[in-house]
Amino acid sequence: MVICPECESSVALAEAPKVSEIVECGGCSVELEVLTVDPVQVVLAPEVEEDWGE
Amino acid sequence: MTAATRPATFAVLASRLRLDEKRILEAFERRGLTYEHVDTRTLWRGLQEGGTPWPVVLNREIGQVRALHAARALEAGGALVVNSAQAVDMCGDKYRTSVALRDAGLPTPRTALALTPEAALDALDSLGYPAVVKPLTGSWGRLVSKLPDRETAATVLEYIAALPSPASHIVYVQELVAKPDRDIRVVVIGGEPVGATYRRCQDFRTNVARGADSVRCPLTAEIAKLASQAALSVGADIAGVDLIEDSSGELLVLEVNHGVEFSGFQRAMGSEISVADHIIDHLVARAQSCFG
Repeated sequence: MVICPECESSVALAEAPKVSEIVECGGCSVELEVLTVDPVQVVLAPEVEEDWGE
Repeated sequence: MTAATRPATFAVLASRLRLDEKRILEAFERRGLTYEHVDTRTLWRGLQEGGTPWPVVLNREIGQVRALHAARALEAGGALVVNSAQAVDMCGDKYRTSVALRDAGLPTPRTALALTPEAALDALDSLGYPAVVKPLTGSWGRLVSKLPDRETAATVLEYIAALPSPASHIVYVQELVAKPDRDIRVVVIGGEPVGATYRRCQDFRTNVARGADSVRCPLTAEIAKLASQAALSVGADIAGVDLIEDSSGELLVLEVNHGVEFSGFQRAMGSEISVADHIIDHLVARAQSCFG
């Protein structure tokens, strides 16, 4: 469990989160990126860029 | 990395681990294969040093520019990158893709490239209406605009002319094919179609990223052949081929995607097909054929 840096809701993570994994905050729907796993830290995920896609 | 004591044969290049990437990493782990997740944002390679830490790299970078340049840098060091820089470059440019599809003799919508927005209006007069204007690069249906008539086209092209980048002023226009409210996504891995889905949406852009839902589509011989030929024509090992049906039921190839997003496809296929496992099978086969 981590705290959303945007709305301070508690956000549940997978049992073994991975660096760069994206999770969504249930409180404010913002996307969070797992920055480190030991300890687990999350930051706001980067905004979608113009060249993102398939 | 699953086994820190051994150098990884495989790297998965991604700045963003979405559900698709997590499925791929889980597939590596299930098989006991050593891999390293490489965050593209941390990558740099010295040209003179040469060599590569990873013989085989799966390119899952979400950003087109970084995906292309990462592939080039890693290939320069001798890595086998899937998809290759050539395929990423080709699929990332709608016009180059259209040329490759045409050269392979595959059916595609009538298309024109105009070198200015003003010339695009003339091109559209030739193509006829309704038509579609698309950015040369871009995905998820972003900025793809339907042009029902000349008046709308002139307005949209005026906006395009006002964009700051010279690259934005190269205009790709295409006939709007009267298709049902669906397209067909075929995932092709190593030349073999692994399945097909209909993507249905009220929006004429039937991208899953725009809310289209995916349901299973029978993989007919015609769909399979067309999709595998399309993937081959752009040199993509792993491809998401988009087909559309015209009013007479004929299939046309719309585009080929190199960074296949398969969450919708996988949901539609259920447990019968595992895209992630197909990808791993292909990487292992390529590694064996290249490095023994």
